[in-house]
Amino acid sequence: MEKQIAEVASFKVTLMIRRFDPEVDQEPKWVDYDVEMFGTDRVLDALHKVKWEIDGSLTFRRSCAHGVCGSDAMRINGRNRLACKTLIKDLDISQPIYIEPIKGLPVEKDLIVDMNPFYQAYKDINPFLMASDTPAKERLQSPEDRARYDDTTKCILCAACTTSCPVFWTDGQYFGPAAIVNAHRFIFDSRDEGAQVRLEILNDKEGVWRCRTTFNCTEACPRGIEVTKAIAEVKQAILRGRP
Amino acid sequence: MAVIIETPNSPRTRKQANWEKYGWLFMRVSGPLLIVLIFTHLVANLVVGDGIKAIDFAFVAGKWADPFWQVWDFAMLWLAMIHGTNGMRTIVNDYVAKESLRKGLVTTLWAVGGLLVVLGSLVIFTFDPCPAGAAAELLPSFCPAS
Repeated sequence: MEKQIAEVASFKVTLMIRRFDPEVDQEPKWVDYDVEMFGTDRVLDALHKVKWEIDGSLTFRRSCAHGVCGSDAMRINGRNRLACKTLIKDLDISQPIYIEPIKGLPVEKDLIVDMNPFYQAYKDINPFLMASDTPAKERLQSPEDRARYDDTTKCILCAACTTSCPVFWTDGQYFGPAAIVNAHRFIFDSRDEGAQVRLEILNDKEGVWRCRTTFNCTEACPRGIEVTKAIAEVKQAILRGRP
Repeated sequence: MAVIIETPNSPRTRKQANWEKYGWLFMRVSGPLLIVLIFTHLVANLVVGDGIKAIDFAFVAGKWADPFWQVWDFAMLWLAMIHGTNGMRTIVNDYVAKESLRKGLVTTLWAVGGLLVVLGSLVIFTFDPCPAGAAAELLPSFCPAS
């Protein structure tokens, strides 16, 4: 006798998506879509379902779809998350799920924002190893020295932290948490010689002193980086004058 | 037709030396100091002895006859005013986007803060419990006019 496999339970979810078509709309508008989803589905799957089956004009970024590339950061129910790491069953599905582009960067279309100001701040902190020697083999580092900046190596530049920061919302000149996190990654690297340069860059009017320690960034980070702590460590390094 | 969406973020300009580091440090140092200064002030004025009922011109004059309380109140005045004004400046910097308005507000803040600090300091060191020409019922008993 054939064994019956129980059907995976499905449920209906309403998505409220903040849509903006620059060729038609003056202002962004909320559009709702009803989709049938399964408990194992993520918000990204729901967006795919809308795009592939209901409205092909829906525009959003995603590349790896597995929480590594950082393309699909968006504001889901008022919190910055990666759509590919947010299970629908973890949200309150008795209510519509609100999906907006991340805040503080100019919206280009639907859920896509112009990331250039974000990348510019990243470039401004010199996100590369600065070393004067030309070693014949790899530079060695003790496990303790490596652990010093381990947390900040996890950044995937998804911009969830920077666009959750209320200071960044009102002041686009602020370097923002992500740039400081990536500066931290090199400032506290024992093999790097550019700490002073980066500390000087972040001792700017728009640098670390802009941080109000609201912890939005730490809460938003999909990689679990303690962003506010990293910013505090950079502040202390500037006060000390060395990492 | 392609629509160009203007970016609100202009390229970052390198700024010269700034005081933000010292401002930040000042807030952290003055904060805990102010907690001690203010709560001791409150207890000394409102709880100890006859408490709040004892406060009049004579009480204030008696307190400021002692250099200890003069220095105490002077420190409290300056730290609280600079701490508060700098906090307000921070909020203005965060939320006022228009540069001319921002500059105007910050200038006003420091002007008002400076004026209050000067007036307050003057009162601490030149307090007269028996001002000439004041109504008799408002003056403490030891004043010659009452």
